[in-house]
Amino acid sequence: MKLHEIKSILDAEILCGGDKLSDEISLACGCDLMSDVLRFAKEDVVLLTGLTNIHVLKTAEMANIQCLVFVRDKTPAVEMVQEADELDMVIMKTRLPLYEACGKLYKEGLGDRSYE
Amino acid sequence: MKHAASFTRKDLETDLMNSIYEMDYQVGSRDFAAAGDASRSIKRTLQQIGVDTSVVRRIAIASYEAEMNIAIHSKGGKMYLSVNSDKVIVATEDFGPGIENVELAMTEGWSTATAEIREMGFGAGMGLPNMKKCADEFFIESKISEGTKIKMIFKL
Repeated sequence: MKLHEIKSILDAEILCGGDKLSDEISLACGCDLMSDVLRFAKEDVVLLTGLTNIHVLKTAEMANIQCLVFVRDKTPAVEMVQEADELDMVIMKTRLPLYEACGKLYKEGLGDRSYE
Repeated sequence: MKHAASFTRKDLETDLMNSIYEMDYQVGSRDFAAAGDASRSIKRTLQQIGVDTSVVRRIAIASYEAEMNIAIHSKGGKMYLSVNSDKVIVATEDFGPGIENVELAMTEGWSTATAEIREMGFGAGMGLPNMKKCADEFFIESKISEGTKIKMIFKL
């Protein structure tokens, strides 16, 4: 699924990386627990989360995750978005809660194999 | 799991002597703004050296888990990176308080982290087991009131 499709399905707002929306992604992970992301998520997933602290970005960087979607209309700090931009990441935010955002993407065919 | 007998300070010194690149990093206690920055530096260094992407990812994740553990649980500590021709070593040592029961701490889901740490997305009790999973060899030694030492070896 292309990132612009994810943006459209979630009616999301792009915070950075708008030039990379034609990139393709096949797996997703919805999680507020970075410990679990570090333990279970595969690389190249889109990470949907309601947490906006700097450790979400650091976790994503360590785990080679290039796309973050903040749910429940959560907005990360400007500095965090700038850092993500420098790391060539794509950040979006959506008004949808985590469950609904994941459900919509799954229903539209974004894979469910991000866990081992 | 290998225990104290296989990991001594002397082992680490031998590894550092053979290294083609080495660096050490300070990790502050409860300095959550900076925690993770050593691991970011380690990851970027290994990428520049040209280490295989999947190995870099395992090292980065294990380092980050170790660094967060020092920031969350200890009175501060240090991390060491050593790159040899055939392996990368990441080692940590902290200034205590030490882990009372290492076997228990290695159990997935077991944690002493506070609610504040959990709200940050950590403290799920996955750190030590995840480090062991990521590394090719994992050594841990902990003494109450002295501190904890961890050594992880990643084959190249």
